[in-house]
Amino acid sequence: MAYPPAAHSPTTRQPSVKVILTSADVQRVVDRIAHQILEKTQGARQTVLLGIPTRGVPLARRLAARISAFEGVDVPVGVLDITLYRDDLRQHGTRAVGPTDVPAGGIDGRRVVLVDDVLFSGRTVRAALDALNDVGRPASVQLAVLVDRGHRELPIRADYVGKNIPTALAESVRVTLAEPDGVDEVRLYGGDR
Amino acid sequence: MIRHLLSCADLDAGTALEILDTAAEMATVAGREVKKLPALRGRTVVNLFYEDSTRTRISFEAAAKRLSADVINFSVKGSSVAKGESLKDTALTLQAMGADAVVVRHPASGAPYQLADWVDGSVVNAGDGTHEHPTQALLDAYTMRSRLGRLAGLSVAVVGDVLHSRVARSNVLLLSTLGAKVTLVGPPPLIPVDIAAALAPGAAVCYDLDSVLPQSDVVMMLRVQRERMNDSYFPSAREYARRYGLDGSRMRRLPEHAIVMHPGPMNRGMEITSEVADSPRSTIVEQVANGVSVRMAVLYLLLGGNNR
Repeated sequence: MAYPPAAHSPTTRQPSVKVILTSADVQRVVDRIAHQILEKTQGARQTVLLGIPTRGVPLARRLAARISAFEGVDVPVGVLDITLYRDDLRQHGTRAVGPTDVPAGGIDGRRVVLVDDVLFSGRTVRAALDALNDVGRPASVQLAVLVDRGHRELPIRADYVGKNIPTALAESVRVTLAEPDGVDEVRLYGGDR
Repeated sequence: MIRHLLSCADLDAGTALEILDTAAEMATVAGREVKKLPALRGRTVVNLFYEDSTRTRISFEAAAKRLSADVINFSVKGSSVAKGESLKDTALTLQAMGADAVVVRHPASGAPYQLADWVDGSVVNAGDGTHEHPTQALLDAYTMRSRLGRLAGLSVAVVGDVLHSRVARSNVLLLSTLGAKVTLVGPPPLIPVDIAAALAPGAAVCYDLDSVLPQSDVVMMLRVQRERMNDSYFPSAREYARRYGLDGSRMRRLPEHAIVMHPGPMNRGMEITSEVADSPRSTIVEQVANGVSVRMAVLYLLLGGNNR
């Protein structure tokens, strides 16, 4: 799960920090995923990118921009807020609901690529699939993530993965992106690496 | 977020805007094919109505159902209240049934406060006596913001039976919190002398509707509550309509962008003419639609998390 501010595991020692992807790495990875989407979707035909807030949204926009730059195809981009579909609503105080913005053409009969920053338990993606179900009926759904850190709690996998990072549960992965945070970076907190 | 919604006086600007912003997201659901969200699955909302009300009860019911809550409608007619059960015993019954929220309308001002002491769930005031009706004020503010783009700095005239109007009280409190300037207009017997000062420092009182109209961005007409009019507060309905009714010629004195609101149900020909009620300036039908979105937002914010 990737929600700001990412909680660090509480230790008395100075937590170790390791940069997994630098700014240049993030750009290369986004370029690669854009190519892979083009390849797997016959040139992004009938495809819609939906970003999951918060950091899935700028990632989806970047993927669309790269796809447009590589092949001149304009892929519709939208936002899918999953707050009201989460399975842990009752374990926290009330969460603020964000905007959902489905592109004008809708998603019926299209191929939807969900975009998120970190794939962890898979619960966010499950919520997104439920939300999608109420918005329309896509022909198929794929998943693109910048980082897969493992520890799935549900039978969910990604179609496009920027980087697989083997992690311990006690560690936390934090993705920052230029649009909301000022810098592109993926960091791993905690652990003794 | 607050635990109960009893009065607009309990809402600071941040909380009120959070409700309006959440309502804006809830409104997008109404445009979808599947008008349902799973956020309140397994929660129970009881509508406890001691007074007749169609639109408010239906609006709360629709809001709770769109959020997948279970709804129990409890109206006094045909219930054990008709057999003399007290509010407290009814509250304890609801408590035992595990109500997560009680939406209450009661003829006695303050009844929801009593109820909030007796039940563990959240209490939403859906109108108590002549005291308050907070969700109506929230949906009115939502409607103003969506039509005019802002609330801060708006001039709002609230016209009519302010004395008996819980809608007026809630609106003065909420709109002042959100930076609008409210003027209460009506015949002197229906406007308590110190009400403006008591409710909000910025609110004003004026007894002449025609002088207020040209400076108003919003005119909110209140229903003349015939059922509360045992004493004669004004000489006749015709005289009231002539001095304080909004007709076509008065409407044309409003600024170009101004809107006309009414909480419903209307007495056509009394406080508002059909020409005005059915004009493009009138937001009366929008207010009903917005009511569902705003009540969804309130129920979600009260019940969506573990705010116990």
